[in-house]
Amino acid sequence: MKTLMIIINWINAAVLAGTPLLLATNGEILTEKSGNLNLGVEGQMYMGAVTGLAAAWLTERWFGVGGIIPLIAAVVFAFLMGCISGLIYSVLTVTLRANQNVTGLTLAIFGTGFGQFFGEVLSNEAGGYVTVGAETKHVFGNINFGSLTEIPVIGTLFFRYNWLVYFAIIVAVILGWFLNKTRKGLSLRAVGESPATADSAGINVTRYKYIATTIGGGLCGLAGMYMSMVNQKGIWVTNCVSGYGWLAIALVIFSTWSPLRAIYSSIIFGGLSVMYMRVPIPGMPMAIYMMFPYIATILVLILTSIRQIKEHAQPASTGLNYYREER
Amino acid sequence: MLDTKPITVDNVVEMHHICKSFGTVQALSDVHFELRRGEILSLLGENGSGKTTLMNILSGIYFPDAGEIYVNGNLVTIRQPKDAFDLKIGMVHQHFKLVDVFSAAENIVLGLPGGRTINRRALTRHVREIADQYGFEIDPDKKVYDMSVSEKQTVEIIKALYRGADILVLDEPTAVLTPQETDKLFDIMRAMKKDNKSIILITHKLNEVLAVSDRVTVLRKGEYIDTVLTKDATIQSLTDMMVGRSVSLEIDCPVPQNVEPILKVQSLTVLNQDGGKALDDVTFGVNGGEILGIAGISGSGQRELCEAIAGLYPVTGGSILYKNVVDGHEVDENVVGLNPNDIVKKGIALAFVPEDRLGMGLVPSLNMVDNIMLKHYRKKKGFLVDRRTSREIAERLVDELQIVTPDVFTPIRKLSGGNVQKVLVGREIDTHPRLLMVAYPVRGLDINSSYTIYNLLNEQKEKGVAVIFIGEDLDVLMEISDRLLVLSGGRVTGIVDPRCTSKQDIGLLMLGQSIDNEKGADAV
Repeated sequence: MKTLMIIINWINAAVLAGTPLLLATNGEILTEKSGNLNLGVEGQMYMGAVTGLAAAWLTERWFGVGGIIPLIAAVVFAFLMGCISGLIYSVLTVTLRANQNVTGLTLAIFGTGFGQFFGEVLSNEAGGYVTVGAETKHVFGNINFGSLTEIPVIGTLFFRYNWLVYFAIIVAVILGWFLNKTRKGLSLRAVGESPATADSAGINVTRYKYIATTIGGGLCGLAGMYMSMVNQKGIWVTNCVSGYGWLAIALVIFSTWSPLRAIYSSIIFGGLSVMYMRVPIPGMPMAIYMMFPYIATILVLILTSIRQIKEHAQPASTGLNYYREER
Repeated sequence: MLDTKPITVDNVVEMHHICKSFGTVQALSDVHFELRRGEILSLLGENGSGKTTLMNILSGIYFPDAGEIYVNGNLVTIRQPKDAFDLKIGMVHQHFKLVDVFSAAENIVLGLPGGRTINRRALTRHVREIADQYGFEIDPDKKVYDMSVSEKQTVEIIKALYRGADILVLDEPTAVLTPQETDKLFDIMRAMKKDNKSIILITHKLNEVLAVSDRVTVLRKGEYIDTVLTKDATIQSLTDMMVGRSVSLEIDCPVPQNVEPILKVQSLTVLNQDGGKALDDVTFGVNGGEILGIAGISGSGQRELCEAIAGLYPVTGGSILYKNVVDGHEVDENVVGLNPNDIVKKGIALAFVPEDRLGMGLVPSLNMVDNIMLKHYRKKKGFLVDRRTSREIAERLVDELQIVTPDVFTPIRKLSGGNVQKVLVGREIDTHPRLLMVAYPVRGLDINSSYTIYNLLNEQKEKGVAVIFIGEDLDVLMEISDRLLVLSGGRVTGIVDPRCTSKQDIGLLMLGQSIDNEKGADAV
C-alpha cells in the first residue's frame, strides 16, 4: 500500500513537472512541422518566464489586484513574448535565410540572458526579492474539485492539478487534430516535408512558416511562465528554466513529432526529473538523479534512430531554408 | 490543316520576348513560344537550353526579367504557382514535387481550398473518376514512398488534372520509364488531347517527339530557334536545329578483340536497408575488351551492384571474383568483405565512376588537383603530400579531354556538369584500370559531352579494359554495349545481345517478364 501511494504521488508529481515540457514540446513540434528547427526553446522559455512573472507582479502593483487578473496578464504577456521570440527566429531564418542551427542557439543564449537580466532588474525594483501575492499564487495552484479530490487513487491521479495541466493536454489534443485532420494541417506538414512541393501546390510557404513558428514560440513562452509562476510559485529564481528547453527538443524526437505521444512522453520525463524527491534510493547521490532525464534522452535518441518509420521521422526539410528560385 | 479544326487556330498560351537570367548566366533571351488548343507540343533542346526554365516561368516557379505572357488571349502576370493553376496551367516536374509521407490522395488535394477538414471518401472517389476517364491506374491510399517512379508520375499528372488543368506541362516524363510505361503515358496524353487539353512535352528524346507530338519548338542555349510541324521533321533535322550544326548520331561499337574474362560475379545477394533483397542471386561475367551494359528501371539494384563490386556495399551471399595475377600465377581473387583500400592493396585495378558525381565521386569544394590527389596520395610515403604529380595529371586531362575550366585550381563545383564528368572519368581512367564501372555517365550531359564520354569508354574497351556501363537511355545502351544485362527488382532477367534483341523485348525484361524467343538468350 505504501509503495502504491509512492507511485501514485510520483505520477502526480510527474504530471506537474511534465506540463511545461508538454507545452514547450508542442510548441517545438508545431515549429518543426513547418520545417524550422528552433534550438532556442530554452531561451524562449526564459523570456516567457520573466515576462509572465513581471506582468503578474506589475499588474498587482499598479492596479492593486490579485488573483485572476494578474494570471491573465501573465498568460497573455508570456505568450506574446514567446511569439515575439518565434517571430525573431522567423525573420532571421525565413526572410533573411540565416542558418537555422546558429539562429536557434543564438536565441537560446539571448533568451537566457534576457530572462536573467530582467529577472535581476525586477528583483532590484522589488527590493532584492520579487514575489507575487498569495491570491495570485493561489490561482496558479491546484484547482478545487471539491470531493473529487478525495476519491482514493483517482483523486490524486486526475484532480490534483493546476489549470495549466489540463490546458496543456487540451492544446496537445487540438494540435494533434489540427495536424492530422484539417486541410491547413496537411498544408503545414507539406511545408515541413517539402516546401517546393507545397509552394507549387499554391501554399504560401513563408506564411505557414511564420505563423507556425510564432505560435510555437508562444507555447514555449507559456511553458516558461509555468516554470516561474507554478514551479517557483511566483518568485524569480535565476535558473528557473534549468535545461527544460533542451529536454523539450529531445522530447520532440521521443514523441516522434506527434503532439499526442508528447503527452505521455512528457509525463515520463517529468517523472524522471522529480524522481529524487519521490523514489529515494538509499546511497544514490543527488547528481545521479539529476542525470536521469538526460541519460533517457540519449537512450531515446539511439532507439529512435534504430527504429526508422517514415511517418515517425523528422519533417524532411527541417533545418533547411527554402528559396523558390534556388537552382 | 487549319480548316479541319472546328475553331480557327487559337493559341491558349503565347509568350513573347521572355528573358531570364540567374546571376550572370543568361538562361533565356528573347524567347517566343506559342501553344495551340488541343495539341501536343514538344519543347526540344539540349541540357541548359532553357526549356525547363521557360516552363517554370509559365508555371510560376520563376518570374521573368522581361517579356509578356498571354493565356487565352489575355495578358497575364504569373507571380506564383497558384496564379498558374488559377489559369488552369499544371506542370509535372522532372523531379517530382510530392510529399513522400503522404498518400496519393493527400498529395493530390494538397493546397486546395475547401472545408476545414478533408472528406477522404469523396476525395478518393473523385481521384478514381479522373483515373478511369483517362486510363490511369492508381491506388489513392498508397503512400508515395511505396510507389514506383511511374506511379509517382501518375500521381503528379492526376494532381494537375484534379486542379482542372487544361494546359499540362510534362518535364522529361519518360526519362525514368520503361518503353511499355512510356507507350502507356503516350496513350494517356492522346486521350487528354482528345479532351481538348493542350500538352507541352519537354524532352530531348527525338523519337518521342516524332511519335507523339503535333509540333516541335526548339530552343538552343536560351534562344528560340524555330517551331516546325512534326510531320515535316526528321531526327537529323531536329538534331541539327538543337545542336546548331550537323552532328553524327552514330555511337561506335567496335567488335571486341582479345576477349578474356576479368570479373565473375556468382550468386551475389545483398540486402537493402529494410532487410529486403536489393540483389538476388545475381550471376554474370565481364570480359576485358567488351562493354557490358546494364539496363533496368531505376532502383532495380544497379547502385547496389556497382557498390558491392567496388567494395562499398555489404554483401550477404555469393562471391565477386577478380582475375588477378599473384607471383606470376593467375588466381580468382574473391573481394567480398574487402573495403576499397583493401582491393587496391590486392593489386586489383578497378575504377568506378559513381552515379552521384559530386557526392561520391568528387569533393565539390576541392579543386581538380586535390580531387585527383585523393586517388594518389597514398602512393608516396612520407608526411607531406605530393601535389606536383597530381597537378601534372590535371593539366594533361584538361588538354586531352578539353575540359573547360579557368585553371586546375578552380573548385570542381564551379564547373559545368559535362566538365565535372570529364574530370571524374579522366581521373578514373588515368589509374589504368582493368575493370571500369560507370554509372549513368551521361546523365545531365549535352550531346557533345556525351559523345566524348562514349569515345573514352570505347577507347578503354579497345585497350582491353572490361567496361560495365549502367545506363538509363535504352537506345544508347543498345548501341554501345556488346552484351546487355537486364536487372529487374534485383534479379537478372536476361543477358542479351543488343544487336539481335528488340527494344520491346528488353522493356519486358526490365519489367521482370521473360521473353518468348530464345535468340537473345544465346548471348549468355
